[in-house]
Amino acid sequence: MSTSNRSQVFEYERGASGDTLADDPLHGQLMTLNMGPQHPATHGVLRLVVTLDGETMRDVDADVGYLHRGKEKSCESLGWAKFFPHTDRLDYVQPLTNNIAYALSIERLASIKVPERAEILRVLLMEVSRIAAHLIYLGTTCIDLGAITMFFATFKERETIYQFLDAYTGHRMNNTYVRIGGVYADVDDETAAILRTWLNGFPAAVDNFEKFLTGNRIWYDRNRNIGIIDREAALAWSLNGPNLRAAGVAADLRKLEPYSGYERYDFEVPVGTVGDCYDRYLVRVEEMRQSARICNQALDLLQQTKGGEFLAEDRRYVLPPKGDVHRSMEELIFQFKIVTDLRLPKGEAYVPVESSKGELGFYLVSDGTAKPQRCHIRAPGLMNVQAIPMLARGRLLSDMVSLIGSLDFVMGEVDR
Amino acid sequence: MTPQAPARAAPAERRAATIARVAGALDGVLHEFVETRDGMPTLIVPRDGLVEVLSRLKSRASFEQATFVTAVDHLPATPRFEVVHQLWSLTHADRVRLKTRIAVDAAWVPTCTHLWPGAAFMERECYDMFGIHFEGHHNLRRLLMPEEYEHHPLRKEFPHQGIEPDRLYRAWEKGRREEFFERRAKEDSK
Repeated sequence: MSTSNRSQVFEYERGASGDTLADDPLHGQLMTLNMGPQHPATHGVLRLVVTLDGETMRDVDADVGYLHRGKEKSCESLGWAKFFPHTDRLDYVQPLTNNIAYALSIERLASIKVPERAEILRVLLMEVSRIAAHLIYLGTTCIDLGAITMFFATFKERETIYQFLDAYTGHRMNNTYVRIGGVYADVDDETAAILRTWLNGFPAAVDNFEKFLTGNRIWYDRNRNIGIIDREAALAWSLNGPNLRAAGVAADLRKLEPYSGYERYDFEVPVGTVGDCYDRYLVRVEEMRQSARICNQALDLLQQTKGGEFLAEDRRYVLPPKGDVHRSMEELIFQFKIVTDLRLPKGEAYVPVESSKGELGFYLVSDGTAKPQRCHIRAPGLMNVQAIPMLARGRLLSDMVSLIGSLDFVMGEVDR
Repeated sequence: MTPQAPARAAPAERRAATIARVAGALDGVLHEFVETRDGMPTLIVPRDGLVEVLSRLKSRASFEQATFVTAVDHLPATPRFEVVHQLWSLTHADRVRLKTRIAVDAAWVPTCTHLWPGAAFMERECYDMFGIHFEGHHNLRRLLMPEEYEHHPLRKEFPHQGIEPDRLYRAWEKGRREEFFERRAKEDSK
């Protein structure tokens, strides 16, 4: 079922609310409820201080920072090159997207030209990560709302993605596979075949998810008209990505400000109509299909550019291939210099990418020395958390669970 | 279902168009364009004119969203801090960056939460990390560090190893001391 014909299935009234404040026997007695930080439905260590009037939420205070590890400070003390593994630990359900966002800002700062094949490989990795991240969203949101079957269905699909990443990058999670100027190594046919086989069956799997959920009465009732954000509010509250697109805005940075050659790929940007939890679900499901399309195109392009360069040749900034480091004294020196003492030109750069949660970007300021002046991480998850109180006010406490799930954030990047 | 992306002009042309739009919106307000490495149109704005510039950029140049609000510590330069606002326009698909230089002994700037409510968390984080006050912010509390914490971690003088929260540390020490005296008192009484 596609997003266009679903309105024929359910007719709904905008703003219809299931609030039954007057019937609530506890109405008038305010109670403060502490939700989290170790609550399974808060997707990490998020603490929500909820002021309840009966079962209705009067006010919510989102308390973040339980996972704060000082990543921005770490960048300042470690230097540009050694910060790469730390970017993986921000949004840890899509580490490769974080790697690429960081690499793009550095490349803009140092004016490094990335080879074509590296860009294709990056697009492939980013889209695979997006599917993996959306599958996490779908699985965990369903399990929070009591639908345990979906969790296994989504994680079955995710497992193949991880098998591909394991075969290609050598890790299932926290890959640190992207380098300044390209990626660490090329993909071989056997590894690409894992992905190709899986992509053939993936659209059917997404149809299956929709069969479970889209027409499901319980799923519909728990998501429809919950957490409605309109266009103006979403923009003013700095929401991006699927949360903004669900409000009917076709804003996708892959289309608006293409990076890594996204203008070459043929895909569509799904948008919602109401901007509630149900629309956010539909947008993300459609995005998985579109990402699969992009993956297929990227695999085709990889076939065409076989044997091409996957790492730039600029020895001021780009790590030499590992094999050469073991054989050549000069390459060893380059590796040592780049890891310990990478100097970027004086200046600043910000290159945003469309992560699965919204706009992710690294604002880097260099003073020309080996010590970074500033590395600010524009994390979309923080903005998604910020929207919770606004959307939760006046709703029932049980709506909070679908709200948290549908806004989609990972505390690793919220707290940094 | 999906509008196709409009054909994109060359980066230099887009940059010139943004600068022209911003300059038109800021007609008569004190500002200064500077070159940056990534080519994003960047303005230096004095603190007194910041709110005026931001509200004009929102209303006249349709910058609908605040992408981030943060600061850069330029120790030992004076003025030491640079508060950076970056805005995004959905209508024109472009961005602008604003910088306000402030000294450490007058580390405050006016808030922009009345223009973009989403800037509330960004300003709280900036206050938390740099100790920069955002005048007029309705709820300027620490965001990531504990509320009683006494330091601002992203200032350059803050050590990377971190500083334990003093109050928590003192409580822990006190507990240990009491335990020691209790144990000794017990041994003495034997």
